[in-house]
Amino acid sequence: MAFVTPDFVPAIPEIFVLGMACLALVVDVYITERYRLFTYQLAQSTLVASALMVIFLYPAEAVVTFNGTFVSDGMSTVLKVFILLVSYFVFFYSKQYLRDRNLFRGEYYVLGLFAVLGMMVMASAHSLLTIYLGLELLSLSLYALVALNRDSNEASEAAMKYFVLGALASGMLLYGMSMIYGATASLDLAEVYRVASGGQANDTLLVFGLVFVVVGLAFKFGAVPFHMWVPDVYEGASTSVTLFISTAPKLAAFAMAMRLLVDALPSLHGDWQQMLIILAVLSMAAGNVIAIAQTNLKRMLAYSTIAHVGFLLAGILTGTQSGYAAAMFYVIVYALMSMGGFGMIILMSQAGIEADRLDHFKGLNERSPWFAFIMLIFMFSMAGVPPFLGFWAKWSVLRELVAGGVVWLAAVAVVFSIIGAFYYLRVVRLMYFDKPEDATPITPGRDMRVMMSANGLAILGLGIYPGGLMAVCVSALGA
Amino acid sequence: MLPDPFPLLSLVVWTPILGGLWVLLAAGEKNAPTARAIALAISVATFLLSIPLYTQFDLSTHEMQFVERFEWIQTFGIYYHLGVDGISMPLILLTTFITPLVVISAWQVIQYKTAQYLAAFLIMEGLMNGVFAALDAILFYVFWEAMLVPMFLIIGIWGGPQRIYATIKFFLYTFLGSVFMLVALIYLYAQADSFAILDLHTVKVGMTAQILIFIAFLLAFAVKVPMWPVHTWLPDAHVEAPTGGSVILAAIMLKMGGYGFVRFSLPITPDASRELDWLMIALSLIAVVYIGFVALVQTDLKKLIAYSSISHMGFVTLGFFVAFSILEGTGSLQGAAMGMEGGMMQMISHGFISGALFLCVGVLYDRMHTRQIADYGGVVNSMPIFAAFMMLFVMANSGLPGTSGFVGEFMVILSSFKANFWFAFLAASILLLGAGYNLWMYKRVIYGKVANEGVASLKDINARELLILGTLAAVVLLFGVWPAPILEVMHPSVENLLQHVVQSKL
Repeated sequence: MAFVTPDFVPAIPEIFVLGMACLALVVDVYITERYRLFTYQLAQSTLVASALMVIFLYPAEAVVTFNGTFVSDGMSTVLKVFILLVSYFVFFYSKQYLRDRNLFRGEYYVLGLFAVLGMMVMASAHSLLTIYLGLELLSLSLYALVALNRDSNEASEAAMKYFVLGALASGMLLYGMSMIYGATASLDLAEVYRVASGGQANDTLLVFGLVFVVVGLAFKFGAVPFHMWVPDVYEGASTSVTLFISTAPKLAAFAMAMRLLVDALPSLHGDWQQMLIILAVLSMAAGNVIAIAQTNLKRMLAYSTIAHVGFLLAGILTGTQSGYAAAMFYVIVYALMSMGGFGMIILMSQAGIEADRLDHFKGLNERSPWFAFIMLIFMFSMAGVPPFLGFWAKWSVLRELVAGGVVWLAAVAVVFSIIGAFYYLRVVRLMYFDKPEDATPITPGRDMRVMMSANGLAILGLGIYPGGLMAVCVSALGA
Repeated sequence: MLPDPFPLLSLVVWTPILGGLWVLLAAGEKNAPTARAIALAISVATFLLSIPLYTQFDLSTHEMQFVERFEWIQTFGIYYHLGVDGISMPLILLTTFITPLVVISAWQVIQYKTAQYLAAFLIMEGLMNGVFAALDAILFYVFWEAMLVPMFLIIGIWGGPQRIYATIKFFLYTFLGSVFMLVALIYLYAQADSFAILDLHTVKVGMTAQILIFIAFLLAFAVKVPMWPVHTWLPDAHVEAPTGGSVILAAIMLKMGGYGFVRFSLPITPDASRELDWLMIALSLIAVVYIGFVALVQTDLKKLIAYSSISHMGFVTLGFFVAFSILEGTGSLQGAAMGMEGGMMQMISHGFISGALFLCVGVLYDRMHTRQIADYGGVVNSMPIFAAFMMLFVMANSGLPGTSGFVGEFMVILSSFKANFWFAFLAASILLLGAGYNLWMYKRVIYGKVANEGVASLKDINARELLILGTLAAVVLLFGVWPAPILEVMHPSVENLLQHVVQSKL
């Protein structure tokens, strides 16, 4: 077999991020504390430049390269753009927070860039091996990020927990992949698809593999009953890292689910639909109910994430193109809202104060009416109240469930949304109806104020006109 | 050059919403007088804008008028589609009429975060107009739900001691009801391939599905009306809400439930409505009679009026759903139309009367800071003018002929006679019970010995309060002796509605 030079063009953004991450690593070693901001700026410009490249290289139709291990298509493009955008905001929100805590080191941004690279690879993976490669690159970077605050016992504990459970999940995933490989004799997703849907594979083996793959996916998503790590890691990690973990990686996990279940194994839709239904119902139930009992906002949002994952899986399990588009819309909206929610915790935290308890939000309307309003947008949006963006995310998933004939699941989903509304309302209640414990005004920097407001108003504005973003998702999946 | 068609409804919906934002941004918290001035100007301007809806209204047709239709979310076939007929137009006017009064009533009373308070009311006004004007089911739902947000804040921030419990209960109850409606609407979309409410009116749906859809709608609307047994949020919300909040709740929000029944339940699921009309009639009569008794024993002024509202709203639903028995018994479309028009008349009239009564309680509460009936007595001695106004509204609330409260009640009772004597008998008990709780309350508060020092030193209503109560009194009397302007507007639309109702959608 002669060596053919692969077409590098579709992977230019990834190659660029890799190069820049290495460059940032080297540069960071040589600059003094005073110029630390340079690493940050380097990372941010990498994200922006890479996003422009992704948009510029948008392929008219799917391009597969590197011997069928890498694909660039509509879905990967859209997801990568949002992964980069969300990461940009995450890095931005974290800047002052890390400074105040003496954590403003190059490692955060270098590891962050590697994680971004991992996510981009996952979005574009076209072989079982590439999926795993991207996933591990992401996960290992995240384990290290969680442990970034090495003097904190909670952070170390969270990192350990995350690592052990994450490794277990990766093991499951890998085991499942090996069975799929055994059944189809290929790592290439297109080939897996061909063999599996052609009925030439051993079905028992394939379904067995599917079970493990779904378990691995559920771990990465944090779907019940594989959610145990989520609240502890969210709480233990420093908020800037939680912010990162809770947003962009969910986009990548969505990509992974789409590649594995939809691109490779649509012929087993009946099987994985059953599994996803169980995961979705349990996640919505447990996430929403347990969130009510939380007093720590980070834990509460962790359980809220679990509930959102349930909704997201409900979109995927419909098994239609428009259902996938709804799920993709949901995950993007979720990332934007979660970014805002954790961003608000960062904004409220000042040097020496971690505003991660619900009580910290008491009387925010007296301290800063504007940011109380922004947080109100995030909370009502997560609760799924129109006209905020979160409503449309729920709406599009419900619509697909009804269209797909699973009306009962739609009914279950709305019942748990009502339960969920309670704890989001509680945050609004604390901000608006209670008196502040400490009446010092909130004084974030001007740039933070602008970005946070942009984040909040985007949720409101896109909620009033959601058509554009929906259309992007629909066309990305060719539905 | 005016755009053609002139976007009158959009103006009525968006002027207050944008005006509310303007109040927030321009006035801020430090400048309450500016906030009040802007809010009053905006609310009056909205009222003036809404007047052409009546004067330019074409009485000869049931078609939607002032229609605006633009593509909103192309991917999913959702339109920004507004329009009014004889059913929704009076409700929009009611909303734009009540809001300025609410703004005026807040003039001195609300000192804490005045701008936010006024902005919340203005935004809510726009959203409520949107609910009545929306002709796209999803647009309707968006307005319907969005409205909860300002109301949640109004009760929670400016309410009484138990406000947090009350407002969360209010939100969750209404949210619970509405989400099932959303699922039902999506299901209907799958059948009709359109979210236009008028298209949904003609879609064929099987019986089982109709019943499920009817129940989903019932959950949404019954909570809003509120019907027994899902009424328990209302007394809490009313008691804890600030005066303005109570007025809007009673005068307009409750009407959305009734509006929902005539816009969605009856025309979309007529067969299920016919099948389940016994349930609706039973629930309505329980509301009328049982809640009437409950109102009798209240010791809190606001609670009493809240229960009286539930009891009166029972009349509205009775008027809507008694139509099926009339049609079955006598085949008289006219009789059925009278029930429906009576129900709708009752909605409008109750909007004025309950709003006025809550404002009366507000007048007392601002002076005495208590709502307990026992704390009052002999108010007439220090507030004669107020006592006269309150007498009028209390009488109107008990359905005295010559006031608007009489018209609707009389029409509903008359039409339920055609259906079944016992329906009419039980419904008519409201006249007795209503007179009982209203007049007894009035006697204890206004007459008798001067209860205490506080009552003795009460000052009579000032010019601002006189303006509010005087306007409402004029309207109550006007529609009491001359209800034709409302009835003739409704008539073609109700006839058309009945055509949909008699036609099986199976």
